[in-house]
Amino acid sequence: MIHIVLLAFLVAVAIAIVRMRDLLAVSMLLGIYGLLSASFFVTMDAVDVAFTEASVGAGISTLLMLVAITMTGRSEHPERHKPLLALFVVFITGGLLIYGTLDMPYFGSADAPIHLHVAPHYINNSMQEIGVPNIVTSVLASYRAFDTFGEVVVIFTAGIGILALLSVVRRSEDITKIDSINDSMHVEYLLLRIIVKMLIPFILLYALYVQFHGDFGPGGGFQAGVIFASAIILYAMLFGMSTARRVINQSVIQFFAAIGVLLYGSVGVVSLLNGKSFLDYSALSADPVAGQHLGILLIELGVGFTVASVMVIIFFNFEGRRDVSHHQGKNKT
Amino acid sequence: MSISSAVFLFIGSFLCISGGVGILRFPDFYTRMHAVGVTETLATAMILIGLMLQNPGGLVDLKLFIILLMTLFISPTASHALAKAAMNNDLKPKINKKDDIERVTSSKP
Amino acid sequence: MLIAATIAILVVMIMAITRAIMGPTLYDRILAVNMFGTKTVLLISVLGFVMGRPEFLDIAIVYALINFISVIAVLRHSDKSIFKTTEQEEKEMEKNS
Repeated sequence: MIHIVLLAFLVAVAIAIVRMRDLLAVSMLLGIYGLLSASFFVTMDAVDVAFTEASVGAGISTLLMLVAITMTGRSEHPERHKPLLALFVVFITGGLLIYGTLDMPYFGSADAPIHLHVAPHYINNSMQEIGVPNIVTSVLASYRAFDTFGEVVVIFTAGIGILALLSVVRRSEDITKIDSINDSMHVEYLLLRIIVKMLIPFILLYALYVQFHGDFGPGGGFQAGVIFASAIILYAMLFGMSTARRVINQSVIQFFAAIGVLLYGSVGVVSLLNGKSFLDYSALSADPVAGQHLGILLIELGVGFTVASVMVIIFFNFEGRRDVSHHQGKNKT
Repeated sequence: MSISSAVFLFIGSFLCISGGVGILRFPDFYTRMHAVGVTETLATAMILIGLMLQNPGGLVDLKLFIILLMTLFISPTASHALAKAAMNNDLKPKINKKDDIERVTSSKP
Repeated sequence: MLIAATIAILVVMIMAITRAIMGPTLYDRILAVNMFGTKTVLLISVLGFVMGRPEFLDIAIVYALINFISVIAVLRHSDKSIFKTTEQEEKEMEKNS
């Protein structure tokens, strides 16, 4: 019952997003969309996915899209023609796809092939073979560790892409002028600075809790990295980019992003050198289950490093570019 | 115990709904923010206290208390930040034509 | 009583979405998103008790944080001129009064 209500909300918000012209409003509505999706995942009992969707889809995405839209423009260009041929092609393709799904088994039925192949093996044997109560973590980090390695490399590549496209060299006279502007903001942001200074240590501590508690409850490396990065982003937003760059050096962050991927790969190579296959954790220690625990701990640490560093890199580059363009815009007018 | 928990949950739900009615029916942004900011914090506090009185295990009580403490800090600060942003960008409150609009919205930090 | 609280929270979410779609100015929409986020925190906590799985409370803490960061981001980036209330919005506000 509650599924139908939440899905109806999703459809309403999606229609509103498509019809609106004001891009800032659209980015706020995308925040609501992310939160609704996360609630929907919670009602379907998928807690880890809801966690990741909330932190990435509703938090960081809204933030980055807001920064990007403040730098480009607020309203969409009006349409010039009505694309009727495209609409016709979309209807035909959609109809064929729906006709194709009529053959599939019912959603969630127990004798569907997807539930008979590997899933019973994971559910039955995960506790003996790996010894971790959270089956999602054991599947993600041990049975399917190779896929997770691919995900981490993709995140790292995204960070490198942003660095290659958006990093801008700051001249020293710009730096001193931006510094003076940021210091004069102290009175205006005073209340927020006090409250945020009290909150940031707890957010960092919570990120560490989520990282290491991923074996027993929802959590893991991805979510912990995003929460850690959001604490740093909060600091950088309220205290100014120059202060944040003095606290968190950009080259150290880039170094940590690479260290995460390197750590993950090294665990696999150590397993290779000990005679087993790549990313087989039972080669890491005398007792296979203890080897699994050690392997999962190390690779989750690697994932956490890379995700946190890449999020901070992306935000620093967006903000740095916005600071420079905003400052140049103010100087010209 | 469950009677007091039910009482707190009822008060919390009533405050939630009154906040929702407020955001729909009030005439102006600043009045809507007042409705949301006040009722939201108190409704969250009431519902969380009602859940704490249901006597679950040890760690769950602590987590509910942490959520309560965080909401008490975060909700009023967010209202302050939003009102400051609106004021800085010349969003004028809706007042009667008889009052002097320049006197009310003259530059305040 | 928990079920009644869940229904109340869902009703308030409908109201918040209505305001987000209808609200004439940008700030109404941001307020609606903020309220929606807080109600999601409550929904997750109450659903955790209804479904007997109190591990959901970790997610509730993250949602509260995410909500906060979005509103602070709006304040921090609103010093550009595109955040000023446009004339179309002012006309809609006059129409609604």
